[in-house]
Amino acid sequence: MQLSFKKNRLPSVGAKRLPGKLSELREGEQGVLESIELPEAVSQRLMELGFIPGIAVTAAQSAPGGDPRVFRVDGTEIALRRETALHLILKQ
Amino acid sequence: MSDCHSCSMGPSFPPPAAKANSRHTVALVGPPNSGKTTLFNRLTGLRQKVANFPGVTVEQHTGRAKISAQRDVFLTDLPGIYSLKPCSEDERVTHDVLMGTMPGTTRPDAVLLILDATNLTRHLTLAVPILSLNLPTLVILNMSDDLRNRGGEVDPAALAAQLGAPVALISAATGEGIEKIFQFLEGTAAADHRRSTPLLQLPVLQDVPKCRQWAMQAGKGSSYQAPAHSAWTRRLDAVFLHPIAGPIVFLLVVIAVFQTIFTGAKPLMDGVQNLVSSSGALLASVLPESIFRSLLIDGIWKGVGSVIVFLPQILLLFLFIGVLEDSGYLARAALIADRSMRRVGLQGKSFIPLLSAYACAVPAILATRTIENKRDRIATIMIAPFMTCSARLPVYTLLIAAFIEDRRLLGGFLGMRAATMLGLYVLGFVAAFGTARLLKSSVLKSEQTPFLLEMPPYRWPTLRSLGLRLYDRAKVFLHRAGTVILLVAVVLWALGSLPLENGKPPAIENSIVGTIGKTVEPIIAPLGFNWKIGVGLITSIAAREVIVGTLGTLYGMDSNTQSVGLQQALQKDLTPGAAVALLIFFAFAMQCMSTIAVVRRETGGWTWPAAQFAYMTFLAYLGGFIANHVLTGAGPSTLALFR
Repeated sequence: MQLSFKKNRLPSVGAKRLPGKLSELREGEQGVLESIELPEAVSQRLMELGFIPGIAVTAAQSAPGGDPRVFRVDGTEIALRRETALHLILKQ
Repeated sequence: MSDCHSCSMGPSFPPPAAKANSRHTVALVGPPNSGKTTLFNRLTGLRQKVANFPGVTVEQHTGRAKISAQRDVFLTDLPGIYSLKPCSEDERVTHDVLMGTMPGTTRPDAVLLILDATNLTRHLTLAVPILSLNLPTLVILNMSDDLRNRGGEVDPAALAAQLGAPVALISAATGEGIEKIFQFLEGTAAADHRRSTPLLQLPVLQDVPKCRQWAMQAGKGSSYQAPAHSAWTRRLDAVFLHPIAGPIVFLLVVIAVFQTIFTGAKPLMDGVQNLVSSSGALLASVLPESIFRSLLIDGIWKGVGSVIVFLPQILLLFLFIGVLEDSGYLARAALIADRSMRRVGLQGKSFIPLLSAYACAVPAILATRTIENKRDRIATIMIAPFMTCSARLPVYTLLIAAFIEDRRLLGGFLGMRAATMLGLYVLGFVAAFGTARLLKSSVLKSEQTPFLLEMPPYRWPTLRSLGLRLYDRAKVFLHRAGTVILLVAVVLWALGSLPLENGKPPAIENSIVGTIGKTVEPIIAPLGFNWKIGVGLITSIAAREVIVGTLGTLYGMDSNTQSVGLQQALQKDLTPGAAVALLIFFAFAMQCMSTIAVVRRETGGWTWPAAQFAYMTFLAYLGGFIANHVLTGAGPSTLALFR
């Protein structure tokens, strides 16, 4: 399952991994949301679902193949496709 | 209408006249999965306006809540919303009703805002737009039992002070605290319900982070203590969303459902069958030989009775779908399915309407309103009738029981008959997905809209809500048997008894219905169908299960087959190839008036339903033709599989 993530793994093997986007979080990892780079209507809806900049997001299970993935945010669980999670930027 | 209650009469003694002309409506509003429908069912019970279609609430449902001996309040259950900015059709319904811009609906007099107490700060965000509507509002914190059991707390009185609106902590599932809602309803029904000045100022609506902050503050001000995460949901997801175990569990669930529908319903169906035939025999022995007896026994009893037999099976199917929906598993299934849905150009959200199409295409087509993208929505509407709806079940069961030998497969786990049934379900599924692919790569090509789906926590389905679903469905099914199918049976009997020959009914072949059947016979002969099936195909355009009633009446009137059951009559009259052709015809054909009507309504014209009907009928004919020719030409080795 992890194989499909090859492309997005940071090249720095051994160094501390710093996921820059929500899509780069692995199951169980947490990040703090910085911004959403999506059209107004979509980012508004994402915020209503709990993805408000500054909030902590944890990656949970995914569908077989790693996409879509469930994210724990603001006391609930929301499933997003990778293509969407790619545009949710995390704080470094 | 809202002026009526401010008249000079005392609020505690509503004049009898007021009851007739002041119709108080109260809207139930809340985020998805906050338990609106459970509460609605609890408040209204069986006093709902026929909630024809179970499943996701996608349009307003109205019901009456009795608040005292003389007073009723009309409750409207609205689709779940996250804000008052609608993204999809179902959210627009809620928006329009609350704004008073819904044609034919007056603006509600008051609002019940239902929030999940276990997720309060998040759900309170919705209180901002709802409270700024300035309607009398009761804020209901649902799932009090869950909150307590998982170690959370909240002070409803403190929250009421923060919001300036009354707050009730309740459990819709157990009924705990429900009397507070009735008190509120009595208040709004009797007199205007004033709100106090809130401690917290409402923020600007459009600013989501501000609204969220406001909700957080309101939570703090009412000493809200969020409960621990539901350990069960995590544990279950570890299995149901496991990369390997998840899909296997899914498959096992599906197989178990089919096996149970086929074998588990059998004793009940046999019971109903016995009841129908023994009551028919009793009537026949009591009544004198007459035209009336012939109409009652050969026409009505055989026609309507042969359909009623399938009620237990249909209820069992609805029970399974209800459990899957109410427990929260459906959202996980949609997640697992998203990848395959994407391959045909659709998204996981299309999966939920498609799954409910296994019960009935009509609610499924209404449920497509949750899909934001218009082209995705039309594509889903176009393929929904391919999913095997419960009306196909009687047709399938009848033919399978008559023509497929009951052998055990997979070491006895799956019967041959259940496997055939499963195969027909798969066939419908494949046709649906092939069609989706075709549409999405041509006329309905579109940009993909993001797939955002909230995973609700797992919950025990309540007996009450399952019971209501089954009750509703039984009512719809029996209503249809008592109207459409009864009417078809009577008309067929009349057409089958005319014109009189020497003052006596003719042989069925020479009657009017025989002539009609013989006229269409050449068209369907390549599929191996005789004229009786032809008549059944015509009548079943009204609804699929009508063919069973029609064949019941036609074979019941035929002197050659009068004495034997419908199954034996069909065995004598159809080749195995033709029987399979008929199964495949029904898997593909769009034999359903209600579906055609709802597609017209939801797509706003005749273009889509006409294309859909033509396309599905073409596929049905082609599939039936191929099946009949392959099986009839394949010789005895293949046919040995059948009788």
